[in-house]
Amino acid sequence: MNTAAASFDTRHAAKQRFREMLFKGATLCAALLVLILLGGVVLSLIHGAWPAFSHFGFGFLTREVWNPVTDEYGALAPVYGTLVTSLIAMLIAIPISFGIAIFLTELAPSWLKRPVGVAVELLAAVPSIIFGIWGLFVLAPVLQRHVQPFLIEWLGPLPLIGKLFHGPPFGIGVLTASIVLAIMVLPFISAVMRDVFETVPDVLKESGYGLGATTWEVIWKVVVPYSRTGIVGGIMLGLGRALGETMAVTFVIGNAHRISPSLLSPGTTISASIANEFTEAVGDLYTSSLVALGALLFLITFVVIAAARFMLLRLDRRALSSV
Amino acid sequence: MNRRLMRKVTNAVALGLSGFATAVGLFFLGAILWTLISNGIAGMSVALFTQNTPPPGSSGGILNAIYGSVVMTLIGIVIGAPIGMLAGTYLAEYGRGSRLSAIIRFVNDVLLSAPSIIIGLFIYEILVIRMGHFSALAGGVALAVIAIPVTVRTTEDMLNLVPQGMKDASTAMGAYPWRTITSIIYPAARSGIVTGLLLAVARISGETAPLLFTALNNQFWSTNLRGPMANLPVVIFQFALSPYKNWQQLAWSGALLVTVTILILSITARIAVSAGGGGKR
Repeated sequence: MNTAAASFDTRHAAKQRFREMLFKGATLCAALLVLILLGGVVLSLIHGAWPAFSHFGFGFLTREVWNPVTDEYGALAPVYGTLVTSLIAMLIAIPISFGIAIFLTELAPSWLKRPVGVAVELLAAVPSIIFGIWGLFVLAPVLQRHVQPFLIEWLGPLPLIGKLFHGPPFGIGVLTASIVLAIMVLPFISAVMRDVFETVPDVLKESGYGLGATTWEVIWKVVVPYSRTGIVGGIMLGLGRALGETMAVTFVIGNAHRISPSLLSPGTTISASIANEFTEAVGDLYTSSLVALGALLFLITFVVIAAARFMLLRLDRRALSSV
Repeated sequence: MNRRLMRKVTNAVALGLSGFATAVGLFFLGAILWTLISNGIAGMSVALFTQNTPPPGSSGGILNAIYGSVVMTLIGIVIGAPIGMLAGTYLAEYGRGSRLSAIIRFVNDVLLSAPSIIIGLFIYEILVIRMGHFSALAGGVALAVIAIPVTVRTTEDMLNLVPQGMKDASTAMGAYPWRTITSIIYPAARSGIVTGLLLAVARISGETAPLLFTALNNQFWSTNLRGPMANLPVVIFQFALSPYKNWQQLAWSGALLVTVTILILSITARIAVSAGGGGKR
């Protein structure tokens, strides 16, 4: 090797090392920015919510009152609404999403796979405000006329669950919001599930079939266990969206700051309260109470995700130890 | 024999239900699109694209809202996408397996699921209060904050799908990591990354909640980034809930416009991705 080539090599190497440093630094800074963002969100929420928390103390969490006239605020009704709507939405959305993911990966003939898959992805692309406007003008009247009277008549008299279906059919309300939420999160969950199902090696499935398993048995005993981490991840994604979803719920929940046992009556959620009242809130305590609601919502989503992540960690470890 | 029959029946029922679930999902997509088209098409006119939002009772369009939405989405994606992609690259490559990455990944998941209205409150606290007024810039930054975690997550996921063997091959040729990442891993994960960016654009272009108290709304034409600006989602929200027929009509037309734009964008990009080849599919 002559000297010219050698010096080219060192110059080249130095240039490469410099670029390496630059690129690595850029990625690290971007990654750290994610941390800074979360820190900023937490600090700004605490800062904004402080007046409300210090004024009402712990009672803010346990009181149902929400009265801008007397300047008294409690978070119980919106927190309750948020949890209940999300819970019902997940009960509806998880089985349907699972079915769609199964259909797309294991059942659909190949000419059908792509169009159906794209259609579901398109549903995910529809903005939440569209679900809201559709829920208010289309779904709510249909429910009011054709579904809710039926629920009231047939389920209302039942002993335990009857309380859930009392009252007049408003159309809008907790149940309607839950259904809209379910439709909204469904494509997100099914898209993730489908993607993880697709990562299951064909060899595994073929060994199942080779042993004489039916399609369902292969799905339930090979595909699902193999991809459970991703399944939980998908559900987590959906729940996170359902808890904080704002616009779709704001349209159809009815915005009533009270807790009613009936799923048919209007209620409110944290995000709907903020969306409805924030720009109109007069006075520091009112604004601060709304930010405090936001802080609570953030806390709830944080707990849910932390729990989900913890499950994911355990699942990962179990998967690793079985290898 | 009985057991065999049971298994067959279980199989048929389960698969039938999954087909039914798919039909339910498609039905809702169809129902929503049908509602949008049948209600929105009536308001489609030249005036819709050439006039600004009217006061109640008089005719007008949504030109200012369209302009505002485009501007804020652009601000959001121009700020958010590069940051998100770089951070995702760090998590998938440089920081793989490190403690810092685990923390950042966790935090990113939290931000990803953080309700967009919280992001609105955050930007309100740090930008709107500080600037003293609502602004399009604040709206764009709020959208960027929403785009970042989406891009981080998808980028990392997609980079992780690239086979280790390809990375090893590149490293064995003497390539520095940045070379391997930009020349081998990015192209291999291209379709996935594009899909991720699309998800981000689709997500932010219809976002309403974070704009409610950052960009607010503006009844008039405005190109001032430091002032309140009209945008389609907030206009749809306010007009749909108004009692005025002409406002509701504009809301439907705006809703159709937003949805069609987003759907066309995703389909076009999908075609571009599959035509480009070299990706996962």
